[in-house]
Formats: sequence, C-alpha cells, structure tokens
Amino acid sequence: MVYAQQTMEMQPRKKHILAALVENKPGVLNRVASLFRRRNFNVDSLTVGRTHRPYMSRMTIAVDATRGDANRIRQNLYKLINVIDVAVISNEPHVSRDLALIKVRSDDADSRNQLTELCERYPARIVDIGPKVAIVEITAQEDIVESLIAALEPIGIVEMVRTGVVAMGRGIRILDSDYEPMLPSAANGNAVSIV
Amino acid sequence: MAMLTGAEIIWECILREGVNLVFGYPGGAILPTYDALSKYPQMHHVLVRHEQGAAHMADGYARATGKVGVAIATSGPGATNLVTGIATAMLDSTPLVCITGQVPRSVIGSDAFQEIDVTGITLPITKHNYLVTDAAELAYTIKEAFFIARTGRPGPVLVDVPKDVQNQKVEFEYPEGEIRLPGYLPPMTTSDDLVASALELINKAERPIILAGHGVMMSGAVAELRELAERAGIPVALTLLGKGAMPEEHPLTLGMMGMHGTAAANHAIQQSDVLIALGMRFDDRVTGNIKTYSPDSKKIHIDIDPSELNKNIRVDVGIAGDIHSVLKQILPGVKPTQHGAWLNQIRDWQEDTDERDIIKRDTGETLYGAQVINDLWRFTDGKAVTVTDVGQHQMLSAQYYAHQRPATMITSGGLGTMGFGLPGAIGAKLGKPEEEVWSISGDGGFQMTMCELATAVQENAAVKIAIINNGFLGMVRQWQELFHGRRYNETVMFSPDFCKVAEAYGIPSRRVTTRAEIEEAIAWARSIEGPTLLEFVVEKEEMVYPMVPAGADLHAMLRRPKPGEAEEAK
Repeated sequence: MVYAQQTMEMQPRKKHILAALVENKPGVLNRVASLFRRRNFNVDSLTVGRTHRPYMSRMTIAVDATRGDANRIRQNLYKLINVIDVAVISNEPHVSRDLALIKVRSDDADSRNQLTELCERYPARIVDIGPKVAIVEITAQEDIVESLIAALEPIGIVEMVRTGVVAMGRGIRILDSDYEPMLPSAANGNAVSIV
Repeated sequence: MAMLTGAEIIWECILREGVNLVFGYPGGAILPTYDALSKYPQMHHVLVRHEQGAAHMADGYARATGKVGVAIATSGPGATNLVTGIATAMLDSTPLVCITGQVPRSVIGSDAFQEIDVTGITLPITKHNYLVTDAAELAYTIKEAFFIARTGRPGPVLVDVPKDVQNQKVEFEYPEGEIRLPGYLPPMTTSDDLVASALELINKAERPIILAGHGVMMSGAVAELRELAERAGIPVALTLLGKGAMPEEHPLTLGMMGMHGTAAANHAIQQSDVLIALGMRFDDRVTGNIKTYSPDSKKIHIDIDPSELNKNIRVDVGIAGDIHSVLKQILPGVKPTQHGAWLNQIRDWQEDTDERDIIKRDTGETLYGAQVINDLWRFTDGKAVTVTDVGQHQMLSAQYYAHQRPATMITSGGLGTMGFGLPGAIGAKLGKPEEEVWSISGDGGFQMTMCELATAVQENAAVKIAIINNGFLGMVRQWQELFHGRRYNETVMFSPDFCKVAEAYGIPSRRVTTRAEIEEAIAWARSIEGPTLLEFVVEKEEMVYPMVPAGADLHAMLRRPKPGEAEEAK
C-alpha cells in the first residue's frame, strides 16, 4: 500500500493573531498560559487588558503556527470555562498594533540627527532625551516596529520594551458578549479572589 | 431564609444533586464539613484508607451509575493524594466533583501547615476548578461544579473551600435557576450540510467500519449505534473504554481495536474505505503510526469536544456534537445495505485468529491469564461488571471478557493508572449493589492500593477480587522481552501471600494454580456474600497478542504463532 496522507506538519507556519474574551477573574491568565504550555503551542506575545465591560477582559495572543494549529488553539481556548469567546482575528481583515519603547544612544550629534530623521520617516517620536540616551516610542503594525528596530540597531539600542500585538477586526466584525455574571461579586471583576 | 454554615451548604448542595454516597478522608482543614455531616443522616460517607482511593472509588461509582462521583479530602497532602485519581478521571472523561479543605483565608499564601495551592496543582487535570472565598457563593459554585462535571464532555471539577469559609454563616437560598455560563455551550445537533456529507460517504461505502468509543455510551447512543450498524451492515470496532457500546457477541462486533486489539478490527480499519468514528479520540494506542493509519478511507468523526476533531487524524467530515443527537439526525437518511464480501473478508481474519488462540490449546499444568479471564467470562455468564487495573490482565480482560452492556467494563484507559482496580471496583459495587462486580488486578497494581481492602470490609462491599499473579510487572516485562533483549530489570516482584493478606482483613480467599480448579473457585467466590479474593498463579512469561509495537503501523501486528510455527518474536 502507498500512503499519501497529508500530515498536519505539512501546512506552512505563519503568524496568527487570536483574540479571547475572558471573564475578569483571578487565575484566568494562568489558565490560558497553562493551556499553551501543556499543549505545546508557541506564544509569540500575549497581552491582556480590561474592556468596556468591567467583568470582561480581552486577550490578544500572537502565535507562530499552521492554520490547523491556530484552529486547534481556538478550540482549546474555548474549552476553558472562563473564556467567553475566541476568534482568529488574522483570518479576516483587521487592524493590529504593537507599541515599543526603545532606549537608544544619543551621546553625539550624529546619533541625535539620525534619531530625528527616523522619527520623521516612522510613526515614532522621541519621548525622552538626555546627554547620553533617548527613548523612542512607536505604535504601529508589528512589521513597521520591526523595521524601525532594525534601523535603530546601528545607532545603538541599549534597552527595549514592547507591549505585544493588540488587534481588532475591521468594520462590523465585532467580538463582544453581553452576558451578565450570575454571582453579584463577579460584576466588579472579583468573583473568587484571594483575600 | 435559613442561616447555614458553609459546611452545611456543601452537604445541602451535594444532596440536591441526587448524590447520597460520597468517598472521603477527614483532616484539619475539612473538619467543619465532617462535623456538619451528622446533621445529614441521609448522606452515606465512605471512609477510604488513602485519598487516591476516594478519587478512584468516586470514579468507579460514576462510571457504573452514570452519576457524578464525589470525593472529599483535606488540604495539603489530602488534596495532593487525590491528584492521580483526578487525572485518571480527566483522561477518561469521568464526571467527578472533588471538595477539598483549604487553610483559612487569612493565612493563604503563607505556607501555613498543610497548605498547598491545590487549584494551581489541579489546573491542567481538571475540567475546571474553584477556590471559594465567600460562603455566600458556595451554593452557586457547587451547583456550577456539578453542571460542568456532568455536561458536555464530562470531567473532574475541584472546589477548594477554606476552613473559615466552611465555618462562615450566611443566609442560604438554593439557586434554583439554570446555570448560565457564557463561555460554555456544549454542541448538540449539527447542520444539515454536515449530515448530508456524512450520509453521502456512508451510503456509498463498500468497506465501511464504525469505531465506537466511550462517548457513545456517555451520550446514551447505544441503541442508535446498533441501528446504524445493523441497517447499513457496518462492522463495529470498539475502543477499550468503548467496550459495552455494542454487544460483543453481536455478529457485527469486531472487539477492541488498537495496540492489543483484535487482528480483524485492525485489518478492517486499515483496509476500510469509510471510517465512522463515534465518541473516540484517535489515541496513539488506537492508531499506531498515524502516517499510515487507514490510508484509503474517507473519515467521519463525531465528538462532543470540537478540539478533538483533526487533532491526531485529519478527517473529511468532522462533526462537533452530541452523538445521540447527531445519529438521530443521520439515521433517517441511512440506506439499508449489505456488505457481504467485506464481512467475508473480516470473517477470514477472525478464523485465522481462532487458530492462534491460546484458549484452544492444551497448556498442560500451566495456567494462563487468558484462560482465567475466559473462564471468568464463561462462569459469570458474561454478565459481571469487570473493573480492571492496568497491564496484561487489563488487555486480557478486554480481549477475553465479552461485555454485552454499557458500563460493564470499567478501567483506566487514558492515564493507565495502576492501582485503579480495587478502589474502582469498590466504588462501582457501592453504586450498583445489585450488580456482580469483579475487581481484576495484577500482582503489581493490586499492591499499590490494597489498603482499600479494609474499606471493602468496613462497607461490606461485596467485590469479587481476582489477582492474576505472574510474579512480574507483566506488561513491562513483555516490552523488555520484545524491545530490551529480555533484560528484566526491576520487573521481578516479590509479593506477600495474598490469601494471608485477605485473611488478615477477614476476607475469604483461595489460591488457584490449575485450569481445572477455576470453575469451582469462581462458583465458591460467587456463593459468598461479602468480599472474596481469588489468587490465580499464572505463567510468568505469558504474552499478550496481537501487539502493535508503539509507533508501528496498525496492520504490523506481532501475532501468536499458529500451532507448529516458531515464535517470531524471540
């Protein structure tokens, strides 16, 4: 017999962005992180923050995976009881942003000129400058952030921090839930907190 | 509204779930709950000898009855001792609710005496877990825990309750309404499009096969499975946990599939053109090498857990839904069919197997485990509930005990937990006292949890215990024989005199060493009212055949040689 079955590994890997609406309860981040660890999924970045509903937070998770794996991640995330809804945002038209603070050498006129010039070419600005170093801030799509970082490299990066990607579907692709929590204390995001 | 303590609320809520039998072990942080127990005489608490036994008994109880099993333990070591039992339930999708005591809220996080982060420890091995920090939320949380444990793909849920929350007095009103969980909506029926795609494959199949798993029984789809198989003339192979989904003496049933499955089932899977997988998850013990698995078939997979679809095996029609509901949708479109040539081919494979069967051979004075299980099946009329441990005797029980009804083969499949057998059997017997329950263990696994003999006696749980004693960790020894040059490192095992152990607990026992004694010994064990123990001293180097070596192609089975042929493996 000849076996021609395609295996999962043969799909190409690329960057996928998932968004998960989660109940705003202690331990939820731990549940999500634990899922990625035990299912052996590789997280590129994971951000979490509140939404306009106090009992609901939103996570944006960027992964390097095949399309099949991204789907498996979505289904496994949805299995977590505290995860209200999940979408693979990158499957559809979307807006994504990454914020970086990059501390760069600025101890001579040459480096300062280069920084000013780069901030004109990129959606970036200098938010702090001193005799030795400056902080450049950029908020843009991830590949543009990467490009700026590459351009700053020759000047001399001394420190960097990034938020990781946040993303949202374009137009009427809305990821929201109007559920009301059953337990009164959950409404202020504190259902089972450790005292 | 009545003012109740957290401890009282725990019992109130468990009783309202229809559970009046729980398994547990007291300790400091759970004492208020045990203190309140005397107010609930309708609640029967089974005192175990080790918390692992409590989890396994609750598991055996749940599998035998279909209800949620409840295990209770104290904080720290009590909770950590539950862990193996919780993981066992998780891998086999058994509904459990575990209640654990926790240190008082004021000292959580201070490494207090017997404090352990049990919600952290059990996070990856529970379907969900809770730390309850206000008695006012206890009732709703316990109700939610039971709901999550029993619905969708069932699983264990743990509720951790600090000692001072158990003592906290609050107004108690039972939450009567339905549970609403925004992120938890198990799928039930499926779309007409998917039904049509499945029917297209089923009705055109020439060499179809159904793979039936645990999910068939859990969703109550046994009758629908049988109707599908009989109407479309499709043979049915069973997973280990799927045993009982289809009567094994039914002409269309091929027995177990996979590593130690029947040759007919494995060959049929490999050569089928349409494979219909119901409530099973293509575990590696079922598939062998996934790259060569059933290469020419179109595959339909129906499972209630969407994350199982396309996980291990890519399928053509993946349906996330409740098997009972989805089969109800599919059945009206299934055309009556016969697959005569295909079933004849399967019969040839079965006849070849018969020629190799150890049961048909004269083995002289030597007793084989396979003979013991086969005789146990014969002399219990195939009607007993068998609860096994893990290893050779487990695979022999799957091969030689033909189960006819759901929930009669209870075994740790996914996790493969040695020590499950005896406590699992006690739980099953207490949950189903009208059933004849046999605990089948090896000499190794039995010694892991044999302290629960005391529980069986204290509860007068009339389990019939069979120990298949070959003086080895038999399955590990089999692997050493096949793959490690017969270097039997650390698998030769000293055991106590099991009959004297039984005697110490006041349990009648007998030792059996020849085939001629089996029938009488089983009849004797069945005639005694309480627990009894039979030790079968069997061949030390018995092999379980067929065997697909780990990772090998499913059709590449090692077989027992036919009479006159040389052993191929040694």
